[in-house]
Amino acid sequence: MMSNLDRISARRDVRRAASLLAAPLLWLLGIYIGALAILFLTSFYTVDSFTNQVIHEFTFQNFIDVFTDHAYLNATLRTLGVAVSVTLVCAFLAIPMAFYMARIASPARRPFLVALVLTPLWASYLVKVYSWRTMLTPESGVIAWLLHPFDVQSPGYGIVGVIITLSYLWLPYMVLPIYSGLERLPSSLLDASADLGASTLQTMRDVVLPNVKPAVIAGSVFTFSLSLGDYITVQIVGGKNQMLGNVVYQNFSLNLPFAAAVASIPVVIMVVYLAMIRRTGALENL
Amino acid sequence: MAAISLAGLTKSFGDVTAVDHINLDILPGEFITLLGPSGSGKTTVLRMIAGFETPSAGTINLDGVDVTMVPANQRDVNTVFQDYALFPHMSVQENVEYGLKVKKVAKAQRRARALEALESVALGEYASRKPSQLSGGQRQRVALARALVNRPKVLLLDEPLGALDLKLRQQMQFELKTLQRNTGITFVFVTHDQEEALVMSDRIVVFNAGRIEQVGTPQDIYEHPLTEFVSEFVGTSNVFSGAQAQSLSGGLDRFSVRPEKIEINSAVTHEITAQGKLKDIEYLGPLIRYVVDVDGQHVIVLSQNDEQNSKDLANHIGHAVTVSWRRDAMQVVT
Repeated sequence: MMSNLDRISARRDVRRAASLLAAPLLWLLGIYIGALAILFLTSFYTVDSFTNQVIHEFTFQNFIDVFTDHAYLNATLRTLGVAVSVTLVCAFLAIPMAFYMARIASPARRPFLVALVLTPLWASYLVKVYSWRTMLTPESGVIAWLLHPFDVQSPGYGIVGVIITLSYLWLPYMVLPIYSGLERLPSSLLDASADLGASTLQTMRDVVLPNVKPAVIAGSVFTFSLSLGDYITVQIVGGKNQMLGNVVYQNFSLNLPFAAAVASIPVVIMVVYLAMIRRTGALENL
Repeated sequence: MAAISLAGLTKSFGDVTAVDHINLDILPGEFITLLGPSGSGKTTVLRMIAGFETPSAGTINLDGVDVTMVPANQRDVNTVFQDYALFPHMSVQENVEYGLKVKKVAKAQRRARALEALESVALGEYASRKPSQLSGGQRQRVALARALVNRPKVLLLDEPLGALDLKLRQQMQFELKTLQRNTGITFVFVTHDQEEALVMSDRIVVFNAGRIEQVGTPQDIYEHPLTEFVSEFVGTSNVFSGAQAQSLSGGLDRFSVRPEKIEINSAVTHEITAQGKLKDIEYLGPLIRYVVDVDGQHVIVLSQNDEQNSKDLANHIGHAVTVSWRRDAMQVVT
């Protein structure tokens, strides 16, 4: 039973919480959710083909165009493929890196290693992508020079280049959640596994990986969504390939409703992705 | 042959010597307790026997075989961890089966053995639960089943009862002791709880600052502590030293007397008597605890709860009393 006094103090708590949260909530609702709502709404409008003015008439035409035109469908699949590949490459690189940082390196060196992983984030995005452009230059780039003795060609500018560059860009976002997941893993679990006769590899497979899975999924939310929305990297190192972001960018001024329809695709993919991983408990790891 | 033989075992972490030249033989089928305050090196010794730490010097023999450099996963010992260390993503059954699984025991057989082990700790019905769905005491039993299902020659227990409440702890002490007697497995038990050590062990090894202070049966350790540390860490003691010790005992430099061996204002006075002033009386239920000031030394006396006697003495606080004990109650300590 709540006494009157409790009720008053509860009411006061609500009021205090409201006054604290009002500004961020307004930001979230108005600028974030509101903008998304308008994006969806706009995607059902159309434009006057002479004036490029948005006509507020409800139509599914934009979506029909997106899903029937092979160019757009291919861009969607390519974008999805790049996002999945980047996520896999990042996970593949980040797990051993994070394991070294959290489990093998001495505790005194760990903050230094974390800082080291973060250093690429201090440099400008464009600088990093243009460095990769230089390195990926066919025939004369550093990559071509490195691969030459093995008789392998540089991937040059194209989808592989995009995957390499994006993997480099988003790797820290994968390393950090896995690092913190591994650091939280009680070392007694590793001892227990060895104690029961498991080799290092078996311990990795049976104990470490299942326990960092939520952290890997948390990291994948970053690498996947960041890759899904990227359109600059693909312009710089992607050759003639287009991703969904480029389609949005090109249609932005000509046909805003169509651009909105294309822009909704990654949002929908992301919502589906988040819904899929919700049951793994990984979202509590973010 | 000793089940475990430690020779010159030493472990340093940087400048800190956690374990300093330990020599110890543990007999097959023995329940041996490594007892000491935290930081005394007892857990480090256990971890070296398990193979989780590599000794800085010295050797470890299991059944006569030098295993000093053998990795943990190839040693025929199993451990029950202080935090139980159950795998959170596996069910109770999978946890218990894991050791058999990595040893490639056939599936049907390891199922049966795991279930049998779980039933032996009365957790047969919990096989499909996750560890997080169990209480502390139940997790403890799963950890025990997970270790015992491998039928190790030696079971290492690292303060396994520390996280349990008193009632449950006492029950588990009894169950562990029974289990050890029935299986004949050598138990190496680490604890900082001297009472637990006295109750459970065949032999106790008292650790202090990385060294062994004394090894002996619970009676040995309690009745005949060799050092002041042992006399005060295991039970409580009145340690007398210097001129006071000499005049009381007639020649001993330093000795200890257990509080329950001292009598206060008794009808029969024993060989050693001292005059003092009664400072305090504490009521402990079955026992009464007196504090007597003998020439500036606080002497603790424990007596059976004799209601009349304690009532009489209650009026004596601040007054002179006589304490006395038998000559053979005194134990020379260093």
